[in-house]
Amino acid sequence: MMNEESRNMLKKITQGMRFVGQSVRLMVGVPEYSTYLEHMKNAHPDRPAMSYPEFFRERQEARYGGKISRCC
Amino acid sequence: MSSLIIKLGWAAFAMTGAAAFAVIALQRGESIGAIWIVIATICVYTIAYRFYSRFIARRVLRLDPTRMTPAYKFNDGLDYVPTNKYVLFGHHFAAIAGAGPLVGPILAAQMGYMPGMLWLLAGVVFAGAVQDFTVLFISTRRNGRSLGDLIKSELGKIPGMIALFGTFFIMLILLAVLALIVVKALAESPWGTFTVAATIPTALFMGVYARYFRPGAIGEVSLIGFALLMLSIVGGQYVQEIPELATLFTLTGEQLTWLLIGYGFIASVLPIWLLLAPRDYLSTFLKIGTIVGLAIGVIFISPELKMPAFTQFVDGSGPVWSGSLFPFLFITIACGAVSGFHSLISSGTTPKMIRNETDARFIGYGAMLMESFVAIMALVAASTLEPGVYFAMNSPAAIIGTTAESAAETISKWGFYLTPEMVNQTAKDVGEHTIISRTGGAPTLAVGMAHILSEFAGGRTMMAFWYHFAILFEALFILTAVDAGTRAGRFMLQDLLGSFIPSMKRTDSLGASLIATGLCVAGWGYFLYQGVIDPLGGINTLWPLFGISNQMLAGVALILCTVVLFKMKRDRFAWITVVPASWVIVCTLTAAWQKIFDANPRIGFLAHADKYKGAIAEGQVLPPAKSIEQMQQVIFNDYVNASLAGLFMLVLISMLAFGIRTVLQARAVGSPSAKEAPFELLPAEAGLRI
Repeated sequence: MMNEESRNMLKKITQGMRFVGQSVRLMVGVPEYSTYLEHMKNAHPDRPAMSYPEFFRERQEARYGGKISRCC
Repeated sequence: MSSLIIKLGWAAFAMTGAAAFAVIALQRGESIGAIWIVIATICVYTIAYRFYSRFIARRVLRLDPTRMTPAYKFNDGLDYVPTNKYVLFGHHFAAIAGAGPLVGPILAAQMGYMPGMLWLLAGVVFAGAVQDFTVLFISTRRNGRSLGDLIKSELGKIPGMIALFGTFFIMLILLAVLALIVVKALAESPWGTFTVAATIPTALFMGVYARYFRPGAIGEVSLIGFALLMLSIVGGQYVQEIPELATLFTLTGEQLTWLLIGYGFIASVLPIWLLLAPRDYLSTFLKIGTIVGLAIGVIFISPELKMPAFTQFVDGSGPVWSGSLFPFLFITIACGAVSGFHSLISSGTTPKMIRNETDARFIGYGAMLMESFVAIMALVAASTLEPGVYFAMNSPAAIIGTTAESAAETISKWGFYLTPEMVNQTAKDVGEHTIISRTGGAPTLAVGMAHILSEFAGGRTMMAFWYHFAILFEALFILTAVDAGTRAGRFMLQDLLGSFIPSMKRTDSLGASLIATGLCVAGWGYFLYQGVIDPLGGINTLWPLFGISNQMLAGVALILCTVVLFKMKRDRFAWITVVPASWVIVCTLTAAWQKIFDANPRIGFLAHADKYKGAIAEGQVLPPAKSIEQMQQVIFNDYVNASLAGLFMLVLISMLAFGIRTVLQARAVGSPSAKEAPFELLPAEAGLRI
């Protein structure tokens, strides 16, 4: 019983940490890379997916390419 | 039974809030702990979120948990990604939080903390959060389109063009006023200037590191950058103590202005990854970290508010900015209560990542409440200063002079206790030569934060460190905004000019982008320079113009929301946006009118121009002008400012007319006429929530 509970707790904590990490990266315009890979695998198995450095550069260009991404 | 417990719980919660308000209201003439303000604020936000935002979500907008969202419809793993609502909340909050909510409330504190606090609370609940939430909803239902596009499709092509045109001028004023804040904070401060200048090589190093050594290692490179920033704060103290270095980094406002203009031009044509992106990482993380630190400080230290609830300056005679409580308090506070700029974010990246329409309430309404809380903390930080010190820091030199003695004498006459020793001691505590006339809000916030944070860690010996930490934190994200804003302005301008000169539209052409960047920098540089040499401090002119432009955009966004509600046939609920829209429009138009036509030369641009004209006729030269040509320049500037205020009025009035016309048309047809993306069911993978 205890074991089950503490395992659940641990799972929640790691999940929470993952969310914090995702949110922090998204704050500077980089969404989750694993989500992108999964999307490419499911939706476009015929097309090659970008490597992480390519993905990172693509996102940088998109964030600062002239859109207003922040406030006063 | 359980519902009864819940009801009793909410009743108890409401009573706690009311009790906190009672404590605040009954402490006449005595200082109170900041914790009462925090409790009252949190109670108001929680009740507003639980009841008012739920009413809007369920009855007014009728959020549909089964409806397709752009994130699933266009899922590409890049721009359109279904994202957890807590993750997206962080993203959205980081995008809307900037310098505005920190500076506005500090300037508003000249009337006492009460007027500012009441408007921050009422404004966010009934205007700001409603606007952010509704625009997010509207954009989510229309494939995540931008504000300009939404106005074009719901109101017509001409109103869309007018809104875009207005947005460009808002950008210019915003960049000028932000740059002015940095100039005011760094002028004659070698420690601050060195620390902020050191961020440029730091960012360049980070840029190369994250591009070539460890591609995309954001966390790692940010930690390295953070360590370098802390070193540069420590290094700044040594720079200040070595006379040769200190002279090198002691710059006047005008020198800093030219450096900033040059920086803005170069930074916005450099590759993104080299300077802008790494600086953005540092400023974003430092911003979030500092906000959290300040919140912990305010809650646990509960500093005493020394500023009275109301000062005599509610009548409009204050030294920090001119004009009476209505309409100028509302224009001055702007962002923390309702910010038009947020409508650009709510129709930007966030709607493309929302997983379920019902998340819009938490993200749109919730994040704005958080932003308002940041503004409340800024108000608290400013109010913890001795009022005399607050006025010494925020009054222009033309009113209080440039020495501790003259400042103490003038401010004591206003009825605020201040001795020359207090002025000098505060400057010494924070490691600066002087704190007199450090207008613009940032230094005041920095002193307030240094008080709060040094009680938390380091005591008095660390105050100078915390002060320069706070200055660095503000300067860092302002410079990021200047850099990114100049870039955005350049693209906007290329787009606008491209309609007349097709070759200007090519963003890959070096010539076209250099011309557009130059025009953009010249635009904000002009207003910045004019503000820096103004003896009344520049903030007195530029901040109201900025507030007017920001509130004008809020008016435009709320008009759009109202039009959509009528088109959806939710007429009986349209008051939720009609009421805040009317208030924002009345404040903005009154303020703009007074800025142009008021007979007092401290308020009205035309009266100010007349004063200078009269002096020229008598052969006199009034400061800051040193010659008749400069007098002509001051008059010219007044006409530019007056025309700009007039332009903002015209934009708002024409949008109002188009809005009313569209509402009447919508009411004339029998069925809903909103142009939403057609209904589709969310895919099964989204896990329907009903």
